[in-house]
Formats: sequence, structure tokens, C-alpha cells
Amino acid sequence: MMLAGWGRYPRADCRVIMARSQADIIAAVTTEPSLIARGNGRAYGDAALNPAATLDLRRDDRFIAFDEASGVLTAAAGALLADILDCLVPRGWFPPVTPGTKFVTVGGMLAADVHGKNHHKAGTIGDHVESLDLALADGRAVRCSRDDNAPLFAATLGGMGLTGVILGARLKLQRIETAYVRQETLRARDLDAIMDLFEASRDWTYTVAWIDCLARGWDLGRALLYRGEHARNDELPARRRTAPFTPPARRTRRMPVDLPAIMLNRWSVAAFNRLFYRASRSGTAVVDYDRFFYPLDAIHEWNRLYGSGGFVQYQCVQPKAASRAGLSALLDRIAGAGAGSFLSVLKLLGPGRGMLSFPMEGYTLALDFRADSANLALLTELDAVVAAHGGRVYLAKDARIAAADFRRAYAGLDEFVAVRNAVDPERKFASLQSRRFGL
Amino acid sequence: MSAVLILGANSDIAHAIARAYAKAGRELILAARRHERLAADVVDLNMRYGVVARAVEFDALDVASHARFLDALGALPGTVISVVGFMGEQTENERDPEVASRVMRSNYIGPAAILGEAANRMAARGTGVVVGISSVAGERGRARNYVYGSAKAGFTAFLSGLRNRLHGTGVRVITVLPGYVATRMTEGMPTPGFLTAQPDEVAAAVLAAERGRRDVVYVRPIWRLVMAIIRAIPEPIFKRLHI
Repeated sequence: MMLAGWGRYPRADCRVIMARSQADIIAAVTTEPSLIARGNGRAYGDAALNPAATLDLRRDDRFIAFDEASGVLTAAAGALLADILDCLVPRGWFPPVTPGTKFVTVGGMLAADVHGKNHHKAGTIGDHVESLDLALADGRAVRCSRDDNAPLFAATLGGMGLTGVILGARLKLQRIETAYVRQETLRARDLDAIMDLFEASRDWTYTVAWIDCLARGWDLGRALLYRGEHARNDELPARRRTAPFTPPARRTRRMPVDLPAIMLNRWSVAAFNRLFYRASRSGTAVVDYDRFFYPLDAIHEWNRLYGSGGFVQYQCVQPKAASRAGLSALLDRIAGAGAGSFLSVLKLLGPGRGMLSFPMEGYTLALDFRADSANLALLTELDAVVAAHGGRVYLAKDARIAAADFRRAYAGLDEFVAVRNAVDPERKFASLQSRRFGL
Repeated sequence: MSAVLILGANSDIAHAIARAYAKAGRELILAARRHERLAADVVDLNMRYGVVARAVEFDALDVASHARFLDALGALPGTVISVVGFMGEQTENERDPEVASRVMRSNYIGPAAILGEAANRMAARGTGVVVGISSVAGERGRARNYVYGSAKAGFTAFLSGLRNRLHGTGVRVITVLPGYVATRMTEGMPTPGFLTAQPDEVAAAVLAAERGRRDVVYVRPIWRLVMAIIRAIPEPIFKRLHI
């Protein structure tokens, strides 16, 4: 069947195998000559596409155990973060790290080694994995952790499914007192101002900025910083204190159609961004976790916003010392082309964990582009800017970067390849992305 | 709320029904031939929804064991749902009478026998709901799946008669006609999206039917129309269509 990532670009005709249990996964790994695991399809590009066999893990989503004393959850790879939240937030637990959508699986989060708004404090999801179980190319299932099979453990976190199929994991959650976040919003008039604000907000658990990627000249880099802390019970409005873990249900909507391409253009987006910036006020608010962490999840199928041809999310990080120059070079190109999107996100990341894991200490910028030929040409220019500043692109978002750019950017690649060669010399685990990289 | 017994609990549809009932806070009994596979589901349901759930062994084809099976449950559940079914391969069903017989027994004799037995006990008690997951394939025999379809036709007729007989006894009999569902059974079949339900939709339809008053439920309403058209085609024309 025709499959794509969340960006709906590219699409590929893939043979899909549905796995319902660990036994199904082992059987597929044993019989298929080439395959890739797929979770809930939230990687944007071609990371979870393999025409020969794409192993869908969504029906192997069982919760296996939860230790109320230590906060360690054991779940099968297909377990959805949204279900984990539904089950454990009311009991006072929250994931240690969460990406910007809750519609991701445990296996997908580990394979992409996802980060969240607390990366500078908490690192990636991989930093909170006690152990993971992996089905290897030869059909064996092995447990990996910092102590057992440590190189394989490190390579699998962020390894995009190329070391094997993640069967399940033990994740250490964090305690929360309420399901709410105390949020502060601060306005920054330009790039220097927002970078200063990030530095000044280092002690906040969660920080993230929305940046107006179409602002030019003096306004280049104008942004809104959101910083947050899990709210204590006494910080809630009085009427919420008796039920701190059950916020009122949020209304969700569905994007009903593919938006015609003409609707999103430089004028409409620039007007929206200007309005959004002007209408936003600095201040403090207490918001429920859904609104703080997953604002876009309220619009199901929001990926249809970019039309039926799909879109590319471009997320890169540049080393901190080069970030000021690198960001202004990127924003200059983007604003010059008038090609940006509503959803441009800036964040200061902490140090990374190596191999194919994305984060490195520095600023990460993420924004969406409709997948048309002008934009794809622009993205190639952006690749050159990122490369020149020693940065790299996030593999979970990528649909198109060149093998040379990938190889230059990921310093841990040789180490990763050595681990992979030891467990999968035939390269059974492969995706359209890994083939594009010649991996 | 009363317990729910799900027969054929290893299927995708059964799995979705179990979660939907657990979410509603109902106690669950999951029954299947390979019941050891259900242990993980019992843990999962308990963790997610905090409900009491257990797994028991049940062989729909061993009709002689059905009474004993119900006795062993202890209290008779308030609701009994049969998701038991097996499609087989049509070409094999045509060639091999043993295989065809198995399809017929799995979709008709087994499910009808156990639901009949459960309904009799419910009638004696004066309350209860039995739900049979049948199929639109039972509404007219077609070249592509008539062995399976004929068994489902038998099951649908059985449920209809049971409902008719038990009207006024406090026992409800619900027939669910899912149409295409994205499950293991339809994997690799080219099923059009607008006619294909997700297992969750079937589960929601079962819960809604139990709470409401409907006797016969099409999971996607479009199927009522599709089947009305298919039933209306005169046989001299229908036999030429090979659908």
C-alpha cells in the first residue's frame, strides 16, 4: 500500500506486515530479507518506509508493567505515548521527555532518540531508558542497557531502526503534582534578544520559542519564548485543586480537506505571523499539559494544511558558538525566499549523546516547507549553510538530505556502522532513508 | 456493572471490544482456544483501565464442552459477545470439504451453539445481552466468499430467530454486521477505505448497541445501502457478475 511519513513526502508503495506480538516480530525478522520497523508514522520523511517490508508495530502496544515505587514503565514498542499519558498522568506520573506530539510510539521515540522542551535539563528520551529489548537480524531477542550490550544500546537510541526491531522498553517516568504547567510568555524583538532570553532561562525546566521566520531587517529573529514548570497544586486556580490530574477535556478538530496550495503563501503566512506576534502578550498562565506540550495534536491531520503534495519539516542544529551567525544566515535565506511556515520553532539544546542521536549543544531551528521544487532547492541551500557552520539535520524529520551532508554531519557515524556491522552485516534493516545515505 | 464475556478474544476486533468495555469500567472475561496468548492482554487491560480481567480457555468448535465452559465461569456474565470466526481461503474452501466444514463450523455452528446456550441461561435469569459478530457476507452468496458467507448467513438467521423467540424474556440479541474491517483477516485484500472500518469502530458500535435499542447494527451505515443494492439484483443478472 502507499505509505508516507507525517509530511506525506515522499510516498512509496510498501508491503506492510502487521505485527501483533513479539512472536510476530521475530517471525518477520527471521523470514524477511529486508525490512524496517514503523510505529505511528510520525517521522516526517522516509525513515519508516521500506517497499520490500514495512513492519507496522501499532497493534503490539501492550503495557507490561508499572512500578509505582520507582516510576519505571515497561511497555511494548507499539504503545502510544497518548495512551501512556491517559493511564499515568491521573496517577501522578509524566514522561521524562516528550516530543511535540503525543501520537508517537515508544519504539519510535527510542529509534529517533526524541528530545523535548527540557533537553537542556533532561537530555533525550534515551537518557531515561533503563533497558530495551531488541530483535536482531538473526532472530535473537536481546536486552540492551548501559550495562548489557552497551554499544548496541547506544547505537539503537537514535539509530532509526537500523540495528534491529525494538520490541519494548523500560522507561523511567517523573513524578508530577498536577497535570498543569505554569507557563511564562516573553517577547523578544530580534535574534539577539531571543538568544539572551534562552540563556537567562537556563534554570527553567521547559523552554521553547516560536520564531517569525518571515520577519526581515531589524525584526529578523523576532520571537516569543515560552518557558514552563510543572505546576504545584497550590499554583492552580482554587477550583482545580481538588482534581489536579483531570483537566477539562479539550476539544479536538480534524483538518477536513487538503488545503489548496494557493492558500499558504508568503503574504498569508507573513500576515499571520505579524498578527500572532503582536497579539501575544508577555505574562504568566497555568495551562494543562496538552496545551503546553501538544498544541497541534488538537487538530487531527494538521499535515493536510500543506496540501496534497506534502511538506518537509526542516530541523537542524548548529553548534552554540556558530549559532548566532548560522541562524541569521538561515533566517535571511528563508525570509528572502518568503518560504517559511507558521510553525517555526527555536530551542537551545544541551550536549548530545553521540552515534546517530540528533542533539548537540547549540540552537535548533525547525520549520515546515511545502514540498515544491522551489522550496526543495531552497532547502539544499540551507543544507550548505548548516554544513558550513558545523551543524546537522534531524533524521526523524529528514526526507531529502544528501548522503555526503549526512556523513559529514554525524561524527558518531563510524562508531554506529561498526556496531551495526557486528549485528546486521547483511543490512537487513533498511529504509528508503538509510539507502539514500548508502548505509 | 455486569461482566462481559468475549469469545474468540485473540482477534483484532475482540481486542478493540475488550479495550472499549474496559474503558467503560466493565469486568472482562477473555476466552479463546489459545488462551495463553491472552495473559498479556489481561495485564494490559488491568494496567490501562484498572478493571478486573481474566483469560479462560474456550473452543467454539467443541460444542459438547460449551455447557461445562459456562458452568466453570461461576456467575453467568451479563453480556456475552461472540467474535469467533474464520474465513479461510475461498479457493481452498471450494476444493477441500474438510476445510469448508471447518469454516462453516467456526462461523455458524460453534458461535450459534454457545450463544444459544448462554441465551437460554440468561432467559432463565430474566436478563442479559448476547452479541453476535456476523457479516454482511451472509446477506447474499457470492462467488468470492460463499463458503464463509453461507455460514455467516446461518449465524445471522440463528440470531434473528433467537431474538424472536426470546423477545419479552429480558434477553436481548444483537447482530453486528461489520462490513470490511482492517484486521488480520483482511490483510492484503484491496478493501476500499470508505467501506473499511477500524476495529475501534466495531467496538464502539457494539457498546452503542448494548446501551441502545438496535437489534441489527451495520458498523458503517453505508453498508446497509450497499447490501440493499446487492440483495436487489435479480438472480439471472447476479449470477453473471462474479462479485
